Amino acid sequence: MSDTATHDTGADAGDGPPKGQKRGLFASLELDMRLLGMIGAFILIALIFNILTGGRFLTPRNVFNLTIQTVSVAIMATGMVFVIVTRHIDLSVGSLLATTSAVMAMLQTEWLLQIFGLPLGHSALPWLAIAGGLIVGTAIGAFNGYLIGYLTIPAFIVTLGGLLIWRNVAWYTTNGQTIGPLNETFEKFGGISGTLGTTWSWIFALVAAAAALYGLWSARRTKQGHGFSVKPLWAEGAVGALIVAAILGFIWMLNSYEIPQRVLERDFEARGEVLPEGYTAAYGLPISVLLLIVVALVMTVVARRTRLGRYIFATGGNPDAAELSGINTRLLTVKIFAIMGFLCALSAVVASARLSFHSNDIGTLDELRVIAAAVIGGTALSGGIGTIYGAILGALIMQSLQSGMAMVGVDAPFQNIVVGAVLIMAVLIDIIYRKRTGDT
Amino acid sequence: MAETPLVELNDISIAFGGVQAVDHVSVYLYPGEVVGLLGHNGAGKSTLIKCLSGAYRMDSGEVRINGERAEINNPRDARAYNIETIYQTLALADNLDAASNLFLGRELTTLTGLMDEGAMEAETRKVMGRLNPHFQKFSSPVSALSGGQRQSVAIARAVYFNARILIMDEPTAALGPQETRMVADLIEELKKQGLGIFLIDHDVHQVKELCDRAAVMKNGKLVGDVVKVDDVTTDDLLGMIIAGKAPEGVAA
Repeated sequence: MSDTATHDTGADAGDGPPKGQKRGLFASLELDMRLLGMIGAFILIALIFNILTGGRFLTPRNVFNLTIQTVSVAIMATGMVFVIVTRHIDLSVGSLLATTSAVMAMLQTEWLLQIFGLPLGHSALPWLAIAGGLIVGTAIGAFNGYLIGYLTIPAFIVTLGGLLIWRNVAWYTTNGQTIGPLNETFEKFGGISGTLGTTWSWIFALVAAAAALYGLWSARRTKQGHGFSVKPLWAEGAVGALIVAAILGFIWMLNSYEIPQRVLERDFEARGEVLPEGYTAAYGLPISVLLLIVVALVMTVVARRTRLGRYIFATGGNPDAAELSGINTRLLTVKIFAIMGFLCALSAVVASARLSFHSNDIGTLDELRVIAAAVIGGTALSGGIGTIYGAILGALIMQSLQSGMAMVGVDAPFQNIVVGAVLIMAVLIDIIYRKRTGDT
Repeated sequence: MAETPLVELNDISIAFGGVQAVDHVSVYLYPGEVVGLLGHNGAGKSTLIKCLSGAYRMDSGEVRINGERAEINNPRDARAYNIETIYQTLALADNLDAASNLFLGRELTTLTGLMDEGAMEAETRKVMGRLNPHFQKFSSPVSALSGGQRQSVAIARAVYFNARILIMDEPTAALGPQETRMVADLIEELKKQGLGIFLIDHDVHQVKELCDRAAVMKNGKLVGDVVKVDDVTTDDLLGMIIAGKAPEGVAA
């Protein structure tokens, strides 16, 4: 988001500079040090792998693959932030992803055809399937929340049971079969089969950059309107330039990944045309990544600008105080887990669309990746602290490590050993950082 | 006093497990009056008052506000009756800043339904400017504040929303002499505005000074009657607290 600094102590763990010190360069920029640290770690990882792979890691092709591989876990990680901030845990997200994926696969390949008599390939099929999956995911999540909030069963137990239950409900739903191929429109949410193309990607980049600048400007105006102090104009400009550069750079990278000639030939052939000489096209921004960006924005607004988000952080900080302030913490728990369930279903769309089929083992161990992403991203298991962008960065860092090591040729067991060690290290660094800065 | 009491707590009882924490206690409170609640730790003062603030649900008895029976089942109900509470623990969310805590559960929103952070901070600056003019840490989480600053945030929250009934559970326990003086002045001012205040305190001198009447509790029961503080000495009050004996011939 545009205004990360001092104004948002609620959602923001790394806060402004201590009082009474001369404002240095970083203090004037009012940047979130934790965010900077994570971005720094990510850039370091990318550069190291780029050297180790002889420049193959930071190619447009690999950046493209990295982003589409991250989306599914990252979407769920944003929901896990709310769960962990309120001192709960959700171990069932991978299984919930499997159940909702199974439901959506069955809906679009069998159930909807039988019930409504829709023909295979009908344009309403993917949307009805997605709607069905989102409803099922939200309902299961809300049910989990009811067991935790109203019947006061610990979240660990409810979701540990859920891990077994929903994994096997998915199995039962499909009889253990792989269901595919999925609907063509549905598969556009998976990544490579659904991208915006060069032009729309640039349009998106410009709109996003304009929105970011507007966000900065309007936050500044609001502060001035109330007579609060604002950072110097040059600092505001520097932050804005940085954000715009990042957006444009990212889109430029994705737009540089050209569609291979044989794929183009095949596409033209399918339309009964011949590929013109010298014709090239690039993939651009994947729809799944666009989906993640939308989720990130919505979840950030929920976290920082809505009462729901405020109550989530207040309850995480001090459950008794939240209760005494008149917050219905039980209903809040239901809402949080319902959001988690909804996001699991959304991730299931991306994950199954990327594979182009539903498989029985889809989402296996995702609960651990999602929790690790949230925690690496600075979400405190003791509650009350966490950010949406942190969780997404956490997911990106984990995916970079995993695919970077695979490219370098690290043996599979070592890959997991490293990822596990990084998780523990990240929490240790976070603890040391908080002790130093005096944050709780 | 012939007028209807602002608050009547009639025959309140509440038990936890086998322990009768509050045993058939009745207390009333008039507008513009400060009633002190005295007693040892575990005497039942805080528990009694939590039945009024909605934190606990009483087993039996009734609450009347302005003579009408009030159903208070949770803190939201209490707030609806303009009952505000400053808890001994302060009940602040440590990870949030002063404005977020002040408006917790009653956030100001813009037309879009999103929270109006700017307006909330501006209001917080106003009310804190009155209560604690030196307070500057508006963007720090309250965990970074001193005991007195945290207390002033809790007090600001209670007085900001036009409370008619104020419950203060040991409001000066964590404060230095100067800040204690500030709270005493505030109580005087609120009294003049016609609020009814329940003041829970350990310090008999403070109760003598600030309260109009005082009730002493021991083992969940009221010791004798509620007394006018001017009719008793501090020794009388201490006797009631320690020995549980009511001084003779004194009643309010």
